[in-house]
Amino acid sequence: MLQYIVRRILLMIPTLLLISFVTFVVVQLPPGDYLNAYVAALTQEGGETVDREQIEMLRQRYGLDEPFLVQYWYWISNIVFEGDFGRSFQWNQPVSDLLWGRIGLTFAVSLASLLFVYVVAFPIGVYSAIRKYSLGDYVFTFLGFIGLAVPNFLLALVLMVVSLQVFGVTPGGLFSPDYASAPWSWGKFVDFLAHLWVPMIIIGTASTAALIRVMRANLLDELNKPYVETARAKGQSEAVLIMRYPVRIALNPFVSRLGWELPALVSGAAITSIVLNLPTAGPVLLTALQSQDMYLAGSFILILSTLTVIGTLVSDILLAWLDPRIRYS
Amino acid sequence: MSQTVSAAPNIVPMRAPVDADTVLTVRHLKTEFTLRTGVLKAVDDVSFDLRRGKTLCIVGESGSGKSVTARSILRIVPEPGKMTGGEVILHRPDGDVRIHELDPRSSAIRAIRGADISMIFQEPMSSLSPVHTIGFQIEESLILHTDLDKSARRKRIIELLERVEIPDPEQTIDRYPFEYSGGMRQRAMIAMALACNPKVLIADEPTTALDVTTQAEILDLIQELQDEFGMAVMFITHDMGVVAEIADEVAVMHQGRHVESGSVEDIFHAPREDYTKMLIGSAVRLEQPSPIKLRMQAEREKQPEGQPILSVRAMNKVFGATGTVFGRKGQGVHAVRDVSIDLMQGETLGIVGESGSGKTTLGRCLMRMHEPTSGEVLYRGRDGEVDVMSLDRRSLKDLYADMRMIFQDPYASLNPRMTVQQIIAEPLRNRQGHGNAAAIRDRVADLLVRVGLKPEHMERYPHAFSGGQRQRIGIARALAPNPKIIVADEATSALDVSLRSQILDLLLEFQEQLDLSFIFISHDISTVRYFCDRVAVMYRGEIVELGAARAVCDTPSHAYTKALLSAVPRPDPTQRGIHKRHRYVASASDERASQ
Amino acid sequence: MSAMTDPPTGAAALPDDVVSIADARGAEVAGQWRLMWWKFRQHKLAMASGIVVLLLYLVAIFAEFLAPVDPNAFNPRYTYAPPQDLRMSFVDESGDRHWGLHVNGYRSEIDRETFRRTFVLDDDDRIAVGFFVRSDPYLLAGFIPASVKLVGPKEAGQPFYVLGADRLGRDMLSRVIHGARVSLSIGLVGVFLSLFLGVVLGGISGYYGGWIDTVIQRLIEFIRSIPTIPLWMGLAAAIPLTLHPLMVYLIITAIVSLVGWTDLGREVRGRFLSIKDEDFVAAARLDGASEGRIILRHMTPSFLSHIIATVTLAIPTMILAETALSFLGIGLRPPVVSWGVLLQEAQNVRSVVTAPWLMWPGAAVVIAVLSFNFLGDGLRDAADPYAT
Repeated sequence: MLQYIVRRILLMIPTLLLISFVTFVVVQLPPGDYLNAYVAALTQEGGETVDREQIEMLRQRYGLDEPFLVQYWYWISNIVFEGDFGRSFQWNQPVSDLLWGRIGLTFAVSLASLLFVYVVAFPIGVYSAIRKYSLGDYVFTFLGFIGLAVPNFLLALVLMVVSLQVFGVTPGGLFSPDYASAPWSWGKFVDFLAHLWVPMIIIGTASTAALIRVMRANLLDELNKPYVETARAKGQSEAVLIMRYPVRIALNPFVSRLGWELPALVSGAAITSIVLNLPTAGPVLLTALQSQDMYLAGSFILILSTLTVIGTLVSDILLAWLDPRIRYS
Repeated sequence: MSQTVSAAPNIVPMRAPVDADTVLTVRHLKTEFTLRTGVLKAVDDVSFDLRRGKTLCIVGESGSGKSVTARSILRIVPEPGKMTGGEVILHRPDGDVRIHELDPRSSAIRAIRGADISMIFQEPMSSLSPVHTIGFQIEESLILHTDLDKSARRKRIIELLERVEIPDPEQTIDRYPFEYSGGMRQRAMIAMALACNPKVLIADEPTTALDVTTQAEILDLIQELQDEFGMAVMFITHDMGVVAEIADEVAVMHQGRHVESGSVEDIFHAPREDYTKMLIGSAVRLEQPSPIKLRMQAEREKQPEGQPILSVRAMNKVFGATGTVFGRKGQGVHAVRDVSIDLMQGETLGIVGESGSGKTTLGRCLMRMHEPTSGEVLYRGRDGEVDVMSLDRRSLKDLYADMRMIFQDPYASLNPRMTVQQIIAEPLRNRQGHGNAAAIRDRVADLLVRVGLKPEHMERYPHAFSGGQRQRIGIARALAPNPKIIVADEATSALDVSLRSQILDLLLEFQEQLDLSFIFISHDISTVRYFCDRVAVMYRGEIVELGAARAVCDTPSHAYTKALLSAVPRPDPTQRGIHKRHRYVASASDERASQ
Repeated sequence: MSAMTDPPTGAAALPDDVVSIADARGAEVAGQWRLMWWKFRQHKLAMASGIVVLLLYLVAIFAEFLAPVDPNAFNPRYTYAPPQDLRMSFVDESGDRHWGLHVNGYRSEIDRETFRRTFVLDDDDRIAVGFFVRSDPYLLAGFIPASVKLVGPKEAGQPFYVLGADRLGRDMLSRVIHGARVSLSIGLVGVFLSLFLGVVLGGISGYYGGWIDTVIQRLIEFIRSIPTIPLWMGLAAAIPLTLHPLMVYLIITAIVSLVGWTDLGREVRGRFLSIKDEDFVAAARLDGASEGRIILRHMTPSFLSHIIATVTLAIPTMILAETALSFLGIGLRPPVVSWGVLLQEAQNVRSVVTAPWLMWPGAAVVIAVLSFNFLGDGLRDAADPYAT
């Protein structure tokens, strides 16, 4: 098991390198370099005179006159060794000051959605497989299709509209106004939980629908396997044997989907939080991209992707713990 | 061992006519499957008794309903099957249980399953849960049917594993099924079935997926355990040899119906029904060389021995030697080791061996379907000698017109998306000199007639044919380009015994007419004896014995061949003897190492 | 060495679909496409969805004919005009009595408290509606000159807003119809691009195996492991604003397929690997078939149906991706009309509250995606008519 974990972690390193590289390519994609945009932004803001010395210092720090790969090296080594993600000219702050709080909330929302997805999809998937072609199965299947078909930003929009029309308020945000800028406290945490469920459901719907179908299909396959008959011939009761054998085995592909669902949920969280205007990564990333504040945008993409890859690693380890065949091979 | 079996609610007073040894009575059993296309009578009016310490063999070909019968007794018939009539009565010291009246989900029937009646299945791998340890899966029975505590249960499981001769039970108890070999898994299944000392053991083709030597071990084990514990055994099989070896009584089934039953001697020596006669006849026929073969051999002896049509020298095949993907020790698997054989014109050379012996790999290497690691293959064809190993792709095509192959699985080897005509015409189409479309059509029609099908079948797709018919189509495809050599890889293994001799006879006819040479790869000694002139016995990639078919099959000289042959059950109850078989222990015969 | 005797579950006694196929008339001579059609036909929902998909594409092709007006024609007089009901009435024009269609005209009222103008449908003002009405000349599907619209006000210039009007008084119906063209075609083009990448890379991966396979598999895993929308956003945001809309369209399609091909690649590789080892492929090789013939004649028919099903299921992902990007304002931009671009109008919750009909493009997206999913599901079930 330990060997397996070590191997998986080693395999992750090239992936992370590749992510950082792709991110840097994205950062560099817009025409002109960061400082041009920076200068342009400063001039636009009110004819402020640009401090040439400061510009020159930044130019050196990020190696902006150097070739592409050298610039990449400056960028990534600043991040890895000094935790310096660059500066956001739009906010006129170091990126790292903006980054962590929002990333934290993004992952809190994504993980809550993940939990929601699995907690809801598991029983429904099992039910749909065991009661195949029952009324309930049809209802869930149909709802599942709808859930897959409605893009989550649309769902968010509909929810906002309905809430505005029925209750006269928009359910946006993750905190009540009182807590919005307050430091973390128990009260704020409770308030956060109270606000969490709306984005959680919106972000999780599509994945829930997909996972219900995965669970149902897997379990249907497993229900006809000979080992189920063996357990039946032993005299085990239907309820116990179904949970103990086919469900247990159908759980493996279900859990292995974790590695796919997490990126999807982080994706979903990004776009949903823009509609719901949540204080997460999504809205900041969008505005950063729109104003070509590329160090900020790149940092978000980098950290979101990295954390997702780590999440995938955790799901792989979980799977290995569940399935001895993976553990031992 | 203390057992607390919950008292079944419908215990009825003992019925007088049943003799004291009868544990289970089945009368007029009917089980039906309601399908969209109508009602399928899977089991239709079947009656028999199971007696203490005795073995009843239920024998029948595929689709005979023998497996459904077994499941009906335990009331575990899969959906949409339903027991629709008849009686199944379990005779217990405390009274009879009328199983047919129980709800299939009731606790009363569950108390019987695994305790009074237990069952083992055909596929020991898929019949065990891959993610639970063997120990846990056995323990489940003990939890359900006994009140032993945890440490007592573990003790009992280790005892059971020891009893079924699983090495190192203290360690292996915590292993997973994928860490066991096929034979060990079936032993574990038996341990599980015996955990609660059942009165009845139902075994559904428990040895079909196993090699003959492993089969012999499992049959021995069941016999020993039966002698020791005195349970009644209901043994389901399609193999008449196994029936003759172990049965006390036999019930023959055909398409859901109970054809006849009787003592094993009666069934084998005085069968009443035509179907039984046919079944026994087909099995017994394969015990002797075919009359056609004998005639051909006599004919051949008059002629001077020519040069071999195919010579193989020092062939080796190592899988995964280059990469580290397969061979764990980085050495790869030596599938074929230093094999040299000759095939004469018009001769049939049998290659026998168990799974993993390398016989299929050898066949494929001959055809360059696998590239041999080293060795030489010389083919003496129409246009002189051909060094098969040096052929490029294009000239290999020409060789493939002379050397053909018949595959084991008649389902997988025919492309379901092509018509019979397209399938048979494929080798003709890909070669020059076979004329236009009309000529090819005529040739296909002719071939179909020759293999016993009709020309109008040409437009049909394979799904319209049964297994035996499909194998005939495969033969027609092999014969299409007028080959000289046919490599038949387990060509009859997938077929029921009654079809097996038919197909072999068909091949013999062609051999006589067309002067074909065969390389006949098989795990089945009886088909080899029936069909082959000479036999090579393979064991772990090597040929351990090579000689005339009769000599090898009747008076083997190598210890492994002796062990192999003596493990084969003969379809004659007076010649039982696999328990007296030779046992071959190879130098480093860790069963798992050969996996 | 598994002899084929009774399958372990007693399934030998359980002939399933194979029997029902074999029982159908003419089944012996039915090829795979006919068998698949028979199987697909049993899936009623998929059949219906197939028809919907077909209709949607017809709408996209004949958008100019079906849309009552030009999608970008604006009329400030009818800002946020609510939808009109199409009504059947007995009209009496100059003594000529016959049945006809009409919509009601608008009467604007100023709210006394908020001083906002609201539209009220005027029951007395009837605007006669006819089929095949004349219009300004246009090019149908971009190249067929025509000057007839399927439906519209008989008198040109009269307000005709069956699905309401947007901020600039543009007809939502016409915009949704024209949006179908871009959104649905981006799905198709994107899928073909993905299919190309998937077949080439998946095929190479499955065919050659070895280190190439490993590299491609790692690449797929890599792409799958990063959250797509942030990456898409990053790539899409780099598209210069000054670019021609057609170029933007192509780049967006490329971006979407760059991520979307992985599913297809895995599917192609998986199928390829499983079919490569089938006995009938070995048999074809022994029949002297060339590699090209083996792949095209023997292997491709076996997985073509699976690929078609997977492709159908991939189209909605593409449509959703375009919609999401355009909705965020970093995908397609006006004056291009796509469902995503139209939904941008709905980004402001308050305007949706006043004009809920701005959500119609969303409904179009849902209908399209749903139909593709049902259709793909039915195709997937029917893709292997030989499975037992």
